[in-house]
Amino acid sequence: MSSGTSPPARSHAPIFWLLFGAGGMLSALFGPALVFITGIAAPLGIVIPHDLLSYPRVLALSQHWAGKSLLFVIVALFAWHAAHRLLHSLHDLGLRIGPATRLLCYGSASLLTLVSAAGLLALGF
Amino acid sequence: MSGAPAVRRPYYRRMGRWWQRDPFFRRYMWREATALAVLAYALVLTLGIVCLALGEAAWQVWLAALRSPASLALHAALLAAMVLHTKTWFEIMPKTMPMIFVGERRLAATTITRCGWAAAAIATLALLALAAGWRP
Amino acid sequence: MPEPARAAARSITLEVLRYRPEIEAAPVWQSYVVPFSEDLSVLQALQHVKDELDGSLSFRWSCRMAICGSCGMMIDGRPRLACQTFLRELLPGPVRLEALAHWPIQRDLVIDASGFIAGLERIKPYLIPRQPRPLAAGEYRQSPHELELFEPYSACINCLLCYAACPQFGLDPGFTGPGLLALLHRYNADSRDGGRAQRMAAVNAEHGVWSCTAVGYCSEVCPKAVDPAHAVNQNKVNSAIDYLRHLLAPRGAPP
Repeated sequence: MSSGTSPPARSHAPIFWLLFGAGGMLSALFGPALVFITGIAAPLGIVIPHDLLSYPRVLALSQHWAGKSLLFVIVALFAWHAAHRLLHSLHDLGLRIGPATRLLCYGSASLLTLVSAAGLLALGF
Repeated sequence: MSGAPAVRRPYYRRMGRWWQRDPFFRRYMWREATALAVLAYALVLTLGIVCLALGEAAWQVWLAALRSPASLALHAALLAAMVLHTKTWFEIMPKTMPMIFVGERRLAATTITRCGWAAAAIATLALLALAAGWRP
Repeated sequence: MPEPARAAARSITLEVLRYRPEIEAAPVWQSYVVPFSEDLSVLQALQHVKDELDGSLSFRWSCRMAICGSCGMMIDGRPRLACQTFLRELLPGPVRLEALAHWPIQRDLVIDASGFIAGLERIKPYLIPRQPRPLAAGEYRQSPHELELFEPYSACINCLLCYAACPQFGLDPGFTGPGLLALLHRYNADSRDGGRAQRMAAVNAEHGVWSCTAVGYCSEVCPKAVDPAHAVNQNKVNSAIDYLRHLLAPRGAPP
């Protein structure tokens, strides 16, 4: 418990915590179904129609503004949720949180956010 | 005080592998480790978006990669981790939310957790139904 | 424990982590065999050791009835009050006793809690009236609902079990920790209090609520069902709102 007379500095954690919370809620609600659909059902051809992940269908989804925003929100919030939790996990494992660990975690989330945004924008409307 | 001064030399114990100390901590570490699965899945989706943007040939490469045994094994593990995430997310939710009152009664923690699990079940079924071709 | 084995237990071994700074450089385990009876608490077993076997053993205690908060220690690896834990729950033994985790050991089972005492002052754990109120104005009136908002957090006995259950405090002793943050919330959540603005800086700091990762074990071990994890995490919401408000209206921000 640190001492001192001047009030302690305000943490910027709320921004990252809000993203963590939003991504955590989204992945808790839809994560299992999404992983099952894209990673298991579609490749094995079970439960869902054969052409669900066909090029024209996914292209149409990602060119529609709603589908585009949905994909972006899922990827970005999942990434920011994971980044924030993993940063704390590094601390749990005994690493000191500093610029390097922050760059590793939040940098990874920023990269996934930027790459997915660039890809989705390149696909056009 | 009189006599010889008492020896004050506080001893600081190390944390070491603290999570092995208590089953509660081990469960916590598994809960936190689900973030690796969430990150991995965000990466899989990002690669899919990149492949889609590169054109139909690249998209087929992504689909073929998803059909590989390694990918199927990975996604089975990701699914298990996601289910654990859903379970634990709503278990801790009563602690992370402000108190909720229905009328004069405070909502019980177990009620909040069960509502969360029910919402996740409904969301899962709805998404599966939509993917299977059902339209409202 | 099956009944015959319990009846057969006539003695039980205590393994105590001893630390005498004038003798040992690092703590060492020492065993004592104490007579067992159904109604013997861990605290009474320690008192038997001190009275009959080894007067040099140090531990804190006072009330023997789970209200003074003095006798917290690690009992078989879990933070518990020695007066509230009975040997019959710990058969067949040996029972391992260690000073509360995450705190510096002063001597044997006695910790150095001066960091907590210093923290108590910082969080202003007392009612700060909105405006001066003469005695003649009479008592404050509170609805059952207003009482319920802070009442669970007012039962804290400062036993520090929650700190021994908090790995974030163990990893970073600068963390204000579950007990103090729950006590802080107890006053912030009180309708009679007007001191919230003065306490928000302690909440908003990195070492305030933001060092918490919602492990939740603090609430499990609390002997008074205070639920510090809930108090801390409710204040993440409050701190986030405070942060956004400060961001949008940095100068004219309401308290």
